[in-house]
Amino acid sequence: MTDLKKISIDGEVIEVDGAMTLLQACEAAGVEVPRFCYHERLSIAGNCRMCLVEVKGGPPKPAASCAMQVRDLRPGPEGQAPEVFTNTPMVKKAREGVMEFLLINHPLDCPICDQGGECDLQDQAMAYGVDFSRYREPKRAAVDMDLGPLVGTCMTRCISCTRCVRFITEVAGVPEMGQTGRGEDSEITSYLSQTLTSEMQGNIIDLCPVGALTSKPYAFTARPWELRKTETIDVIDALGSSIRVDVRGREVMRIVPRNHDGVNEEWLADRSRFVWDGLRRQRLDKPYVRRDGKLKPATWGEAFAAIAEAAEGKTVSGIAGDLASTEAMFALKGLVGSLDGVAECRTDGVALEAGNRGSYAGTAKIEDLDDAELILLVGTNPRSEAPVLNARIRKAWMNGAKVGLIGEAVDLTYDYDHIGTGPDALAATVNTPAEDWTPVKGKKSVVIIGQGALAREDGAAALAAAMKVAELGESGFLVLHNAASRVGGLDLGLVAEGGIARALEADVILNLGADELDIPAGPFVVYQGSHGDRGAHRADVILPGAAWTEESGIFVNTEGRPQLANRAGFPPGEARENWAILRALSAAMGKPLPYDGLAALRKAMFEDVPHLARLDTVPENAHEALELGVLGHAPYAPALADHYLVNPICRASTVLADLSRLRALREAKPMAAE
Amino acid sequence: MAFSYARAAHYFVLADFIAGFRLGFKYFFKPKKTLNYPFEKGPLSPRFRGEHALRRYPNGEERCIACKLCEAICPAQAITIEAEPREDGSRRTTRYDIDMTKCIYCGFCQEACPVDAIVEGPNFEFATETREELFYNKDKLLANGDRWEREIARNLELDAPYR
Repeated sequence: MTDLKKISIDGEVIEVDGAMTLLQACEAAGVEVPRFCYHERLSIAGNCRMCLVEVKGGPPKPAASCAMQVRDLRPGPEGQAPEVFTNTPMVKKAREGVMEFLLINHPLDCPICDQGGECDLQDQAMAYGVDFSRYREPKRAAVDMDLGPLVGTCMTRCISCTRCVRFITEVAGVPEMGQTGRGEDSEITSYLSQTLTSEMQGNIIDLCPVGALTSKPYAFTARPWELRKTETIDVIDALGSSIRVDVRGREVMRIVPRNHDGVNEEWLADRSRFVWDGLRRQRLDKPYVRRDGKLKPATWGEAFAAIAEAAEGKTVSGIAGDLASTEAMFALKGLVGSLDGVAECRTDGVALEAGNRGSYAGTAKIEDLDDAELILLVGTNPRSEAPVLNARIRKAWMNGAKVGLIGEAVDLTYDYDHIGTGPDALAATVNTPAEDWTPVKGKKSVVIIGQGALAREDGAAALAAAMKVAELGESGFLVLHNAASRVGGLDLGLVAEGGIARALEADVILNLGADELDIPAGPFVVYQGSHGDRGAHRADVILPGAAWTEESGIFVNTEGRPQLANRAGFPPGEARENWAILRALSAAMGKPLPYDGLAALRKAMFEDVPHLARLDTVPENAHEALELGVLGHAPYAPALADHYLVNPICRASTVLADLSRLRALREAKPMAAE
Repeated sequence: MAFSYARAAHYFVLADFIAGFRLGFKYFFKPKKTLNYPFEKGPLSPRFRGEHALRRYPNGEERCIACKLCEAICPAQAITIEAEPREDGSRRTTRYDIDMTKCIYCGFCQEACPVDAIVEGPNFEFATETREELFYNKDKLLANGDRWEREIARNLELDAPYR
């Protein structure tokens, strides 16, 4: 239902939806309007007044363009389009006046402010302000608040745009911030002066148009102009959020989100944003070989020789961990295949099979959540497993969607119908599709199944049942994975009959960064990865590999969207790119893989799995029903033991360790009212 | 060439010799323009751009706040800065290096500095025997600042009316 209206912007007549604001109409006409409080993904506040424009056909004063709709303006006497001007002397004077007011209490401490160089106020003062100050009186000063280990505050710089308050309330769904007082005394505070608990609080750092909220771990360490920026993909959760990695010299200085409407909008979870200090610690920078029970540094040649000797005439298997790129997994599969072994990527024993793509990548897109009317969550806690996806479900809920949950009743930041805690409720949903939360035809719905339901004995039955529910209701189907490599691994067919248990039976195990499982004593283990974590402790040979920011690789996200992660820096010491290590190892074992470069590897991989070549598109997957099995009765357990420490990079990060510790403390301490 | 009596007379009375002696004796009795350098030095403008120094506030606190503007503007990329929060939470450098072999003494760093921390002082006698000695670090620059503070402060004061 569109209601197109004509509007003239600086003399150019365009036709836009009447519900659009003047600011959006100006953007559609290609006219830039300065703003501080307005943000596309937040509600409209209209309190900074920077977006003033002159209108004809409206009130005879400058109008805040972010808060006035196109349909609010009257047409002229002969039906002419209402006129908006952004370049008249009146607008210029209004902007200069607003800027002068904003700068009354804003300190001129840009040299010590971390926002300096990427500050909206700095830029707009240059573009729209005046070059002198008439203000001689003392400036306001405010007491800083403690928001926890992530967000540093300098409230004297605050211009009260309330973007942070709106984000925390609307998107994060944890109303912990607010504004108190009036006029000069107004200030942003956290609820009862407590620290923030949201798992996406880092986004308020990006939202803050000035330097009032800054990143504590990044504090004072770098300036925006000295950072080399690389656009890439996040791998800490399976959502594959678009990120930008900022590097200075060899070190990653920070990670910030990029906009991607189909995946993460423009948000990023804290554990993805603040993981970068984990990329500096605990790194494996040279090969190790276990001699006399101890891991000793070795050369690449010695390490390869030790592997070749151990694998002589033995059975070999490959295990791909959570952070492996498709290229590395393809090389692993090729190498293990040439040695007549099996390769496996389902390290947590999840009951997903390769081949039926609709059953492991789902038939829906993440975007489908936006206009869904019903969302059914099975055995998943999206707030813990993929906070950005949870924000998206919350957005759908705010737009009127109903959410049903089968699994542990947890705080998801929105109301949901708790249907049951275990498979019994799922079975009931399949058998009696009359209840009002069961997906039905004609109502757009999405069923999301998580690893909590899949990584157990009756996982296959749960998957079949959830797909049946989706089939009956003609719903979209999504599998929420927790490992960034999982869908890619299943696409490439890194599955062994008998699952992970079969892979662990081999005499020699090539472990490509799998740290989340215990390998029993017995087999000779080759660990290839970036961090000295659980997997490296149980290794007989360690091959140092690049972390995901240090090599180019394709990752397939939870909805089945292949995305390219670019190289932002170089691996430390003697560490090499993962596919290259496997290529060199294959030569040392006498079965050289048939490619010498990344381009040749990709060509071979695309021939095998063509849809990987279509980057950033979600292939349509057909629904292919699975045979219903017998469901168990035990309630679904959370898939992640710790929200923050999910992989070796996270476990090496002191910031995330701090967050994990604080969360444990909060949960251990009962609320005063209890 | 035609014969000229004037040229011949000039030649026989040694007029060129006399003119030369006159000039020589004129400068012989005039005051000297040269300086006996290590013991005598010429006047320096307050704007003279010599050896760098990092200044302190009168209470001993270093001025530099690690804003990195000097690093950004340096056309020779001679300045390297690393920073992190000090224990008291203030923004300070942990490393402030100037490669004096790269520096072109343009003075942009002191123009960019918002707190008059990095300055090019009046010292121009800092030749060294090795190249390595010209890689100045923060300690060296702060020591320079302490040594030259009086002259630097006077120069800044003299130049202030023209800024």
